[in-house]
Amino acid sequence: MKLSIIYNVFVRDFRKQKKRITLTLVALGWGTVSIMLLLGFGEGLHRQLNGQRKGMGENIIVMWGGESSIAYQGMGKGRPIYLQQEDIEYLKRKVPQLKEVGGEFSRWGVRVERDTIVLQEHVIGTTPNYRDMRNYVPQMGGRMINDRDVQLRRRVAFLGWELKERLFGAEDAVGRQVMVNSVPFTVIGVMKEKRVMGNYSGMDRDKLTMPITTFETMFGHRYLNNMVYQVHVPEDAAVLEEKVFEALGAKYKFDPTDDRALMIWDTVATAEAFDNILIGIKMFLGIIGGLTLLIAGVGVANIMYVSIKERTREIGIKMAMGARKSYILVQFLIEALIITFFGGFGGMAISYILTEAFKRVPIESDVMEMMGRPTISLEIGITVVLILGIMGVLSGLFPAMRAASVNPVESLRYE
Amino acid sequence: MIDLKDVEKTYVTGTVEFKALKGINFRAEKGEYISVVGPSGSGKSTLMNIIGCLDVPTAGEYYLEGRPVIEMTSNQLADIRNRKVGFVFQAFNLLPYATSFENVEVPLLFAKLNGRYRRRRVLEVLAQVGLADKVNNKPTELSGGEMQRVAIARALANEPDIILADEPTGNLDSASGGEIVRIFDELNKLGKTIIIITHDVNIASRTDRIVKLKDGLVESNGNML
Repeated sequence: MKLSIIYNVFVRDFRKQKKRITLTLVALGWGTVSIMLLLGFGEGLHRQLNGQRKGMGENIIVMWGGESSIAYQGMGKGRPIYLQQEDIEYLKRKVPQLKEVGGEFSRWGVRVERDTIVLQEHVIGTTPNYRDMRNYVPQMGGRMINDRDVQLRRRVAFLGWELKERLFGAEDAVGRQVMVNSVPFTVIGVMKEKRVMGNYSGMDRDKLTMPITTFETMFGHRYLNNMVYQVHVPEDAAVLEEKVFEALGAKYKFDPTDDRALMIWDTVATAEAFDNILIGIKMFLGIIGGLTLLIAGVGVANIMYVSIKERTREIGIKMAMGARKSYILVQFLIEALIITFFGGFGGMAISYILTEAFKRVPIESDVMEMMGRPTISLEIGITVVLILGIMGVLSGLFPAMRAASVNPVESLRYE
Repeated sequence: MIDLKDVEKTYVTGTVEFKALKGINFRAEKGEYISVVGPSGSGKSTLMNIIGCLDVPTAGEYYLEGRPVIEMTSNQLADIRNRKVGFVFQAFNLLPYATSFENVEVPLLFAKLNGRYRRRRVLEVLAQVGLADKVNNKPTELSGGEMQRVAIARALANEPDIILADEPTGNLDSASGGEIVRIFDELNKLGKTIIIITHDVNIASRTDRIVKLKDGLVESNGNML
């Protein structure tokens, strides 16, 4: 049948059943908006939380000394293991597959002064690779500690952004001096703000960071509070952890299978679990939206059944003129798809406008900070189009099959 | 050309069986002009539906141009209705939302013919039934006689050999009815096989042969009324 005739029939049906078709279109639009917004919220949440998770660092493993729990090479269990600064270079050499290895000394309640401001703060001494590993990214105009600082044991400080606020307020801090335990330090940079979901040993925003060597000299710490290493890809994490245990086990004489000797926080494994939870949340939201859309699909099927009943005679005429069953089937299928298309397209347009508007409304709240804003991605668009397509076909198929099975003799008699 | 042997047709509604045809033997040769008469419920329409392959017999045999219709698939039956047979109904059965042009085009579309040919053919048959000036009118804008002529044009579109008409003048006044019958006369002269179901003695008397049905059986098969 010519498309113009299908269109004419559609328009005629629309006029005849204006209210019913309008309601079905509204239901379809509503269903589409629900599924798109719910999926959009899921996506926004995922992106927001992922951003926060990566704030601490991506593909990193945090490690600190434990206590041996297996007797090994003549030594009893219960022996404490302490990590040292030299282990950073040792691990780099022994396990070259690691992307980066770093470590830190840490001390709480250190007196930090500037003019009349006296604070008790958390001070760490660390390696320059924290910049990339742990996202210690300096704000414009400053820098993170570098290799020369470490080599020369310079008295330089890199401030967390909130610590900077407490010491300098809105003033520029870079190049100014602060006193750490009455020793003058030059501020070389302030950390760029970042969202962090997890942490160990305090918040990065409150820390004063100095070169690891400077810290050692100043406070006389011998053992590292922890080491951090980074792997290239998440898949490597498990294998490389074994290698790290072998290397350090050889040095400190503990059984490489002794998982109490070194304590490990594997953020890679945490990330996987986290991703799975988020996928679960997204699926849950998608199912709720899908069910809403399903109701609209029932509406489409209903309207198609009515339309077919009213057009029984027309079907009979066409069959008498030589229409094959498949033609009747396709005709009604196309009509169902037209309705689905209009409703779905309208719903998608509304969802898009809503999410764009949401992005532009400046709402400051902790909830938003955590949840993020609904985001419609290409994947969501494709998913919804697929669902709509499948639904349109299904809701049209059963009525259309009924139409195609009409007995032409009886339908011609139908008034 | 048309050959029915002992054709029976039983309709079942729930538990009630109704035997519309009880063993009909009917033959028609190419170019014949035949009328089928009989009282209501005698099986005239059922016979026509079976000849036109809209319906299939419950028992018996039907050969159309030597081919057994009983064994055909629904697609083959659809193609026969499309190309071999043209239907004209008492109630016209035009698509109400389509123009004369679009109505006549319907069988050509099902035959998957190209647009230029369809256009030429539609205008040709509409001119043949004298409606060249009503091409773009919808059925509501036409008189009864005109509607029936559109229906005849539609039946002729794919140049079928057989025209089946079920009370074609039943809904028309005598003047319009007369015109319709004259069109059938002409078509017969052009070699079409025409079978008309009618109550009208005047129409029946113009045909070459009158088949009289009664209670699902052929009562007489000749010229006598």
